[in-house]
Amino acid sequence: MSGFIKSTKEANQIVIIETDGYLNNEGGEAISAICYDKMKSGQNKFLINMAGTKVVNSIGVSILIEIIEKLQEVDGKIGYYNLAPIVSKTFNIMGLTKYSTVFATEEEAVSAL
Amino acid sequence: MKQPSVELKLPIIPNMELIATQTAEVIARHMHLTEDQAGEISMALIEACINAFEHSKTDSNVFIHFLIEEDSLVVKVIDQGIGFDKTKVEIPKIENKIGKDERKRGWGLQLIQELMDSVEFESNGDGTTVTMKKNIKQ
Repeated sequence: MSGFIKSTKEANQIVIIETDGYLNNEGGEAISAICYDKMKSGQNKFLINMAGTKVVNSIGVSILIEIIEKLQEVDGKIGYYNLAPIVSKTFNIMGLTKYSTVFATEEEAVSAL
Repeated sequence: MKQPSVELKLPIIPNMELIATQTAEVIARHMHLTEDQAGEISMALIEACINAFEHSKTDSNVFIHFLIEEDSLVVKVIDQGIGFDKTKVEIPKIENKIGKDERKRGWGLQLIQELMDSVEFESNGDGTTVTMKKNIKQ
């Protein structure tokens, strides 16, 4: 597990990935590696707990767009929670919120996804 | 009285943009900017630095100037690369990227313009200067 990925767990057939640190290209690739690996075994719902990620860049977020695209092919979904205000704003500007969902809490996310 | 300024010289090494954001956070606290304003400045700065690192096609340093003005913070990101033509940069839309072959990247300028109050680009064959301004809202 990379330093950026703090933990992974599953709840209600949803893979929950907790991140820690800067979401740059390496961070994005660490998330996508887990998602693509889990998708091979049929899982198609993912949540990212971004409580430990206060800083992102557009390259890292672009990798989330690639994951969204791959999930569309398998009728999957991805969501995020515990976002810092600037991360949430960045997701809005880049349009991620049109194709995926930002939740306030893990409980809300697990029940809604 | 001359307004205070802070200058940084960053080598083109991965994640050096975070040094610029740490400096921006200290300046934002000094200027009593809100947390949202500080976050917006840091995010715009990250994107401007990445553009300078990636597109300047040069091994020289990138310079960051913070100009602390009475009613605003001005941040200049200066590279000595080959320059770019802003009119040839397409405005990205996620609808044009999802499910299509188009590259998913290319959001830097859009983010900078959305997050800052004003942005100016000066670019020629000797380099690019991006001047970003955040007004202080009382």
